[in-house]
Amino acid sequence: MKKSKTLLELFLAFLKIGAFTFGGGYAMIAILQNELVQKKAWIAEDEFLDIVAVAESTPGPIAINAATYIGYKRAGVLGSAAATVGVVLPSFVIIYVISLFFDAFIALTVVKNAFRGIQAAVVYLILAAGVRMLKKLRRDPVSVTLLCLTVACMVTLSILAVSFSTIFYILLGGLVGFVVWLCQRQRGGDAK
Amino acid sequence: MIFLRLFLTFFEIGAVSFGGGYGMLALMRELVVGNGWLTEEEMLRFIAVSESTPGPIAVNMATFIGSHEGGVLGAACATLGVVLPSFIIILIIAAVLRNLMKYGAVQGVLSGIRPVVVGLILATAGTMLLSTLFGFSHAGDAFAPDLIGIAISAVVALVAFLWKRKTKKNPSAILLIVIAAVLGAVGYGI
Repeated sequence: MKKSKTLLELFLAFLKIGAFTFGGGYAMIAILQNELVQKKAWIAEDEFLDIVAVAESTPGPIAINAATYIGYKRAGVLGSAAATVGVVLPSFVIIYVISLFFDAFIALTVVKNAFRGIQAAVVYLILAAGVRMLKKLRRDPVSVTLLCLTVACMVTLSILAVSFSTIFYILLGGLVGFVVWLCQRQRGGDAK
Repeated sequence: MIFLRLFLTFFEIGAVSFGGGYGMLALMRELVVGNGWLTEEEMLRFIAVSESTPGPIAVNMATFIGSHEGGVLGAACATLGVVLPSFIIILIIAAVLRNLMKYGAVQGVLSGIRPVVVGLILATAGTMLLSTLFGFSHAGDAFAPDLIGIAISAVVALVAFLWKRKTKKNPSAILLIVIAAVLGAVGYGI
């Protein structure tokens, strides 16, 4: 009985978070912090910061990562499922409803023109997100080399219409990072 | 089998979407446009809608494309696919590997992935800019600049720049999208 109450509580709390967080990213972190650390006191501040760090280094949106993690801590696997479904459900419903009307909506000339204009804004948003991440990136030689190589390869291959999956870039980046770590450890070991 | 393909495609996207938000964009563009599910123009529209509604962009895009391709069941398959990888990974971290991030090897791998993801986003933005505003996507294409589009991007960039100087904060995505929508409706309408 108590367990099902905890599950419902988790589901509802994350349903609310899912319904009111636009865009995601850092706005999301502030809302999560306010809701989970301050209001509900479900986790301590330092554990929350751990979750943010983990979320930044694992795939997937931070709201979902936080839901899965906190759900598990409070009520095991079922809790993590309840919280994750809760956080995803609002946007699922909203987007599904929009998608039903979207084709009719986009058929209007005014809307079509408006969306042509929006394209320019979206490209700007992507570029701005990339630049923000660029500013936060560590400027060691390996990172800079990997970044430049990625941009150069991807732009060139895209223009030449050669297909080379994005996944390979990510895997290669991870491999290079691992090898650099091995070399550094080797050197550190020799020094001892 | 469209449902299985939607699930697997978005599972793949979910599994490597490091860096939040637009981190998944390069792969999504490759798989979704590559699969012939959407044109580049349609994908940009969906991004605008995903930015203007609650919830993470990756999830919104999955629901939208899933619904577009396979109705409500398609939306469910795509959304489940995009969420499942991070669900599994976080569950493992929460249950057994709380210190996963403290291992040097993990940090090493991540420090290699991070610059690559930034590079992927910048390269995607660059090639999208060329294809949407200049009509140039592959070698051999003639440049066909879209003057109205170029003017709209200049206005959007200027507004964002001034806003940031004045308030020290980035303007919300929705504001920029609304401005561009109005300019587009007027600019392309006449």
